[in-house]
Amino acid sequence: MLYQLEGSQAVARAIALCRPEVVCAYPITPQTHIVEGVGELVRSGQLGNCQYLNVESEMAAISVAIGSEAAGVRSYTATSSQGLLYMMEAVYNASGLELPIVMTLGNRAIGSPLNIWNDHADAMSARDAGWLMLFAENNQEAADLHIQAFKIAETLRLPVMVCMDGFILTHAYEKVDLPEQSEVDEFLPPYKPEFSLDPENPCAIGAMVSPNDFMEVRYMAHRRQLEACAVIDKIGTEFSAKFKRNTGGLLRTYHTENAETVVVAMGSVLGTIKDTVDDMNQTNGNGKYGVLSLVSYRPFPDNEIREALKNAKRVIVVEKAFALGRGGILAREVELALKGLDIEIVTVIAGLGGRVITKSMLAEVFRQPKGNLVFLGLKEDAIRQEYKTVLNKGGA
Amino acid sequence: MSSLTMGNRFGQHTTVQSSCDRPNTLTSGHRACQGCGEGLAARCAIDVAYTAAKGKIAVVNATGCLEVVSCAFPDNSWNIPWIHSLFGNTAAVASGIAAAFKNKGQADVRVIAQGGDGGTTDIGMGCLSGMFDRNDDVLYICYDNQAYMNTGVQRSSATPALARTATTMPNSQYSGSDPETGKNVPDIAMAHGIPYVAVASIGNLHDLERKVAKAINIRGAKYIQIHCPCPLGWGFPTAETVRIARLALKSGMYPLFEAENGVLVGSTPVEEQIPVEEYLRVQKRFAHLFGKNAQPENIGILQKIANRNIEKYRLGGMSDE
Repeated sequence: MLYQLEGSQAVARAIALCRPEVVCAYPITPQTHIVEGVGELVRSGQLGNCQYLNVESEMAAISVAIGSEAAGVRSYTATSSQGLLYMMEAVYNASGLELPIVMTLGNRAIGSPLNIWNDHADAMSARDAGWLMLFAENNQEAADLHIQAFKIAETLRLPVMVCMDGFILTHAYEKVDLPEQSEVDEFLPPYKPEFSLDPENPCAIGAMVSPNDFMEVRYMAHRRQLEACAVIDKIGTEFSAKFKRNTGGLLRTYHTENAETVVVAMGSVLGTIKDTVDDMNQTNGNGKYGVLSLVSYRPFPDNEIREALKNAKRVIVVEKAFALGRGGILAREVELALKGLDIEIVTVIAGLGGRVITKSMLAEVFRQPKGNLVFLGLKEDAIRQEYKTVLNKGGA
Repeated sequence: MSSLTMGNRFGQHTTVQSSCDRPNTLTSGHRACQGCGEGLAARCAIDVAYTAAKGKIAVVNATGCLEVVSCAFPDNSWNIPWIHSLFGNTAAVASGIAAAFKNKGQADVRVIAQGGDGGTTDIGMGCLSGMFDRNDDVLYICYDNQAYMNTGVQRSSATPALARTATTMPNSQYSGSDPETGKNVPDIAMAHGIPYVAVASIGNLHDLERKVAKAINIRGAKYIQIHCPCPLGWGFPTAETVRIARLALKSGMYPLFEAENGVLVGSTPVEEQIPVEEYLRVQKRFAHLFGKNAQPENIGILQKIANRNIEKYRLGGMSDE
């Protein structure tokens, strides 16, 4: 059924449809409306049989979910930015313990300087934590990806982070088609863990592992990530067959068939990118530009990316985060996937800390990128002035 | 263990540990040091919890000595559902387990969190306070050996005044841990108004077992802190663990009491108080208080602490008022 909803409310309702049994809430902008929404659904009885815990920190939020998931019940929490960093020790722990928690990350910049607006620095900080990470392009995808996330997580016994851009998605009102409870129940059966803390059948979770076995344990975790590609793809296909929407899977392509230049990105900026590319292709009349929307950042679908981009002459990676002192993060991973192919790769760092990304800015850089690393809309005058001030003070 | 030892002969006084049928939740063969007070405390506490809950318990363990000695892959020493997550999040993991069992209609499964003093009073304090705040149905047991033993005896906020640790080494200017520092977590737990708080010791197993059994049957948040001497960290022969725990009790250095809903309801009397010196002299962590460079007023500082304990927790008897 179609609703006009704020992104956070759409996700809250999608979570409720998945019947979690423990939800922990700790506020942080811009994720807060999601846990408020779930809380309201629990308190009003619309999400029956669910424990809703107001905890004292993000560290506690993820830790409560670790405990409840270990005791064998479906568990959910959400966070953003500094909150993800604050819980990071337990983020690694959850994947190591093989607990299929689902967590929303309302993407936001990381300080200092303090900034509450959107970019992907928070998600990138967790890229090696062993979680599966899915990026939503719009609110429909955000809602649908959560429903798929529980199924993916529980199939693989791995936690899943669903990333949605803070404010741009979490606070935007859009039309969202939410499935009926009965349909979700058919798609997502009740959680039956392979092992859990059970007095009838005691087991120990969380061993200390010596150098003798640690490599093997980590290698197995890597293998499971790689195997996740097929599972995400399969569950995405199942979802689209049942709900008639292609909102999951590993990636999606847009006019890439004969494109000379393909733009790769994740998240809400893809809408602006597609509009830009449409305009440019219309002007050119020969479809020179295509777009690759990456849904699954972890696992990183090397083969599928290579297949989709192999005929391009130039790949422009637009990313909302970067490694200080190094440059693009996503671009380096795309580059690795394309190793050996004669394709020029351009990194465009854009939208940091919520900086606006417009079609005209994108069109300019897509047409003629100035170098292989572009900071979109960087105020170069201000940078020059700052350097001048430093030099006048006798600094660097 | 013999059931004929003095004090275990009479039915009502028999400890769970003295019974041939004790559940052995922590099996022998674990890797704790000889004379480990924490191992003894954990075995007693979890055995009695298991018995009191008719076998329906689940335990979360903080990182620390007790964890590393009992779960080195591929072995595990616990005969119960057991999980180790991290150092500082133990109380929150326990909250999650309790919420899960409640939601499954299995609130008869009693949830226990356990950790050392570092994992409890320092790095785990935020999650512990949150668990108290929500009054989650969890019994938190702190095995207090008064320093970070697993990492090599560094000071924690439970380290007593003037004790030597690897980070409070005495020298010509400093005399062990600063007596103006430290925190009293049982008092902090009481200030949360939770249903039950108790302090116990391996120097009094009957009392320890009674408190754990009582706590297991109370709904809501519970906190028990158990004094566990550490031969390695405190510097005493491994056969002396229980005797030293008893000297702490007799001197007033470790007051045993219990509180309900934030109010002191009982304490274990110190019948004939011994000078703190008798407790301190047998431990190398206090050796600098007695050597040729010792400052005599330092013993006085510790004696004052012991005397204050006796007054504050009414170890002279509850009927005085």
